[in-house]
Amino acid sequence: MRYFILIFAVLVLIVIGVAGKRGDITRNSPIQIFPDMKRQLKLRPQTPNGFFANGLSSQLPQPGTISQEKPMLVGGKEVYSFEDAPVNTGRVTGATNFIELNALPITEKLLARGHRQFNIYCAPCHGQTGEGTGITKKIGAMAIVANLHDKRIVQLTDGELFNTVSHGKGVMQGYAAQLTVGDRWAVVAYLRALQLSRLGTADDLAPETRAKLK
Amino acid sequence: MSAIFPKWTNKLPLMVAIGGLLTAGAVTAGVWYYFTPKYFRVGYQPIQPVAFSHATHSGQLGMDCRYCHNMVEKSWFSNIPSASTCMNCHNQVLKDDPRLALVRESAASGKPIPWVQIHRVPDFVYFNHAVHVNRGISCVECHGRIDQMEEVYHAKPLSMSFCLDCHNNPAAKVRPADKITDLGWTPSPDPAIAAQKQAQDGKKFVHDFRVESLNNCSACHR
Ligand code: HEC
Ligand code: HEC
Ligand code: HEC
Ligand code: HEC
Ligand code: HEC
Ligand code: HEC
Repeated sequence: MRYFILIFAVLVLIVIGVAGKRGDITRNSPIQIFPDMKRQLKLRPQTPNGFFANGLSSQLPQPGTISQEKPMLVGGKEVYSFEDAPVNTGRVTGATNFIELNALPITEKLLARGHRQFNIYCAPCHGQTGEGTGITKKIGAMAIVANLHDKRIVQLTDGELFNTVSHGKGVMQGYAAQLTVGDRWAVVAYLRALQLSRLGTADDLAPETRAKLK
Repeated sequence: MSAIFPKWTNKLPLMVAIGGLLTAGAVTAGVWYYFTPKYFRVGYQPIQPVAFSHATHSGQLGMDCRYCHNMVEKSWFSNIPSASTCMNCHNQVLKDDPRLALVRESAASGKPIPWVQIHRVPDFVYFNHAVHVNRGISCVECHGRIDQMEEVYHAKPLSMSFCLDCHNNPAAKVRPADKITDLGWTPSPDPAIAAQKQAQDGKKFVHDFRVESLNNCSACHR
C-alpha cells in the first residue's frame, strides 16, 4: 500500500508538472482532443490558400471590376461608386478642379458620424482638436504632422480635403481603405466644424444664443 | 486456512477500494480540470513574426481598436491590418528600426506578413463580430485586456458554454455603444455601485439595442 501511495503521488506530481495549470502561457497551438469536423475545407479571409498561384485566399478584384454596393443617394439621385461624380472624386465631373463645398448635405447626423470617425482615424496624429498635436507628435515619435487650423488648410476647398483623406498627401497616406465615401465626407464636414470653432466670432451666433453669452 | 491466505490479505478489499477510489478520483479530477478549453486554449500565445505590442499601441498611444481592425463593425470577420496601415505611422516613426524590417518589406512588395491566428472557433460554428460590437458587447468580454498585452494570448475559453453564459443573460454585459473599444470601462469605479448600475442600465440597453437572448442551436450552428 505504501508503494502504491508513493507511485500514485509521483504520477500526480508528474502530470501536474508536465501539464501545468489552466491559463498558463504556452507557445504550442491548442490540442484538439476530438478533431471531429472542427477544421473543414473552407475558404477563410486572410488565410494562405494553395489553390491560387499567389497563395492568397482573398483575391484582389480584377481591374475594371465594379463593386455591387447599393448606390448612394445624393440630392435625390442615385450615384454608383464607379461613376465620375463629385461625391466619389471630390472633383467637378469631367474636370480636374475640386468642388468647393461638401458633396453631402450637412446634417447633425453627418457631423456626429464625422466626429466619431475623426477621433478614431485622424486623432492619433492630428489630435482630437486637429492641431497636429496627437499622441505620436507629443511623444516626439513623429516629426511632421500638419496643423489642420493652418490658414492654408482652412482655405483649401472641401473637394481637396476629401482628396487628401482619400489618397493622402506628402507623408500622410490615404484612408480610402478604412473610410467609406460617406464617412470621408463626414470627416471633412467635422474638420470644417473644428476649424470654425477657432475662427468663429460671436457675430456668427443666432441672436438668442448670443444674448445668453456673458 | 491461514497458510493459503496470509493475514494481510484481510485488508486487501479495503486497499483495493481505497486504491480504486484514489485512481478514479484522480482521473476524474484530471479530466475535469484538463479536458476543457479553459485549459487547452486559454494562454495560447504563439510567436508572431513581428514583435507588435498592443500594450504600446492601444494602451500607451491610446489608439482605437478600429483604426487597425476597421472591419469589426461591418463584417463577421475582424481583419488584421495590412502592412500599409502600419506604414501610416512607421514611414516616420522608427523608420529604420530592424524590428520593423518585415513590415517595410511587406508594404513594399505587397506580400502579407504571416501573422499567426490565435482565436478561431470551429468551422461548424457561425460567429459574427458586427452583431456583437454593434449591440454593445465589448472586445474585452471575449478577448480580455488586449490593451495590456505585450503579445496577444487567448484569454477566454470561447467554448460553447462561454458563449451561452452570455447569450442567456446579455443584460449583465451590454454597455454603451461608445465604450465598446474602451476595454477598461466600468459603469463606476466602485464595484458595488458598478454592479448596481449595470443591473439597471443593462435592461435599458437590451431594450434600446433590441437584444434578444439567442440560445437556439441554429443561431450558431447554421
Ligand atoms: C499617421 C498619422 C496621420 C493620420 C492618422 C492622419 N494624418 Fe493627416 N497628415 C499627416 C501628416 C504627417 C501630414 C503632413 C503631410 C505633409 O505635409 O507631407 C498630414 C496632413 C494633412 C492635411 C493637410 C494636407 C495638405 O494639403 O497639406 C489634412 C487636411 C489632413 N492631414 C487631414 C487628415 C484627416 C482628415 C485624417 C483622418 C482621416 C488624417 N489627416 C489622418 C499625418 C496623419
Ligand atoms: C498611430 C501611429 C502608429 C501605427 C498606425 C502603428 N504604430 Fe507601431 N509604433 C508607433 C509608435 C509611436 C511607437 C513607439 C515608438 C517609440 O518607442 O519611440 C511604435 C512602436 C512600434 C514597435 C516597436 C516596439 C514597441 O512596442 O515599442 C513595433 C514593432 C511596431 N510599432 C509595429 C507596428 C506594426 C506591426 C503596426 C501595424 C499593425 C504599427 N506598429 C502601427 C506608432 C504607430
Ligand atoms: C496598430 C494597429 C492595431 C491596433 C490599434 C489594435 N490591433 Fe489588434 N492586432 C493588430 C495586429 C497587427 C495583430 C496581429 C498580430 C498579433 O496577434 O499580435 C492583431 C491581433 C489582434 C487579436 C488576435 C487575433 C487572432 O489572431 O486571433 C485580437 C483579439 C486583437 N488584435 C484585438 C484588438 C483590440 C481589442 C484592440 C483595441 C484595444 C486592438 N486589437 C488594437 C493590430 C492592431
Ligand atoms: C462575442 C465575443 C467577441 C467579441 C465581443 C469580440 N470578438 Fe474578436 N473574436 C471572437 C471570436 C470567437 C473570434 C474567432 C473567430 C473566427 O474563428 O474567425 C475572434 C477573432 C478576432 C480576430 C482575429 C480575426 C478573425 O476575425 O478571426 C480579431 C483581430 C478580433 N477578434 C478583434 C476583435 C476586436 C477589435 C473586437 C472589439 C471591437 C472584438 N474582436 C470583439 C470573439 C469576439
Ligand atoms: C458578452 C456577451 C456575449 C458573448 C460572450 C457571446 N455573445 Fe453572441 N451575441 C450576444 C448579443 C448581445 C447578441 C445580439 C443578439 C441579437 O441579435 O438580438 C449576440 C448574437 C449572436 C449571434 C447572432 C448573429 C445573427 O446574425 O443572428 C451569433 C451567431 C452569436 N452571437 C454567436 C456567438 C458565439 C459563437 C459566441 C462564442 C464564441 C458568442 N456569440 C459569445 C452576446 C454575446
Ligand atoms: C451561442 C452560440 C451557440 C449556440 C446557441 C449553440 N452552440 Fe453548440 N457550439 C458553439 C461553439 C462556440 C462550439 C465550439 C466549442 C469549442 O470548440 O470548444 C459549439 C460546439 C458544439 C458541438 C460540438 C462539441 C465538440 O466539441 O465536438 C455540438 C455537438 C453542439 N455545439 C451542439 C449544440 C446544440 C445541440 C445546440 C442547441 C441546444 C447548440 N450547440 C447551441 C456555440 C453555440
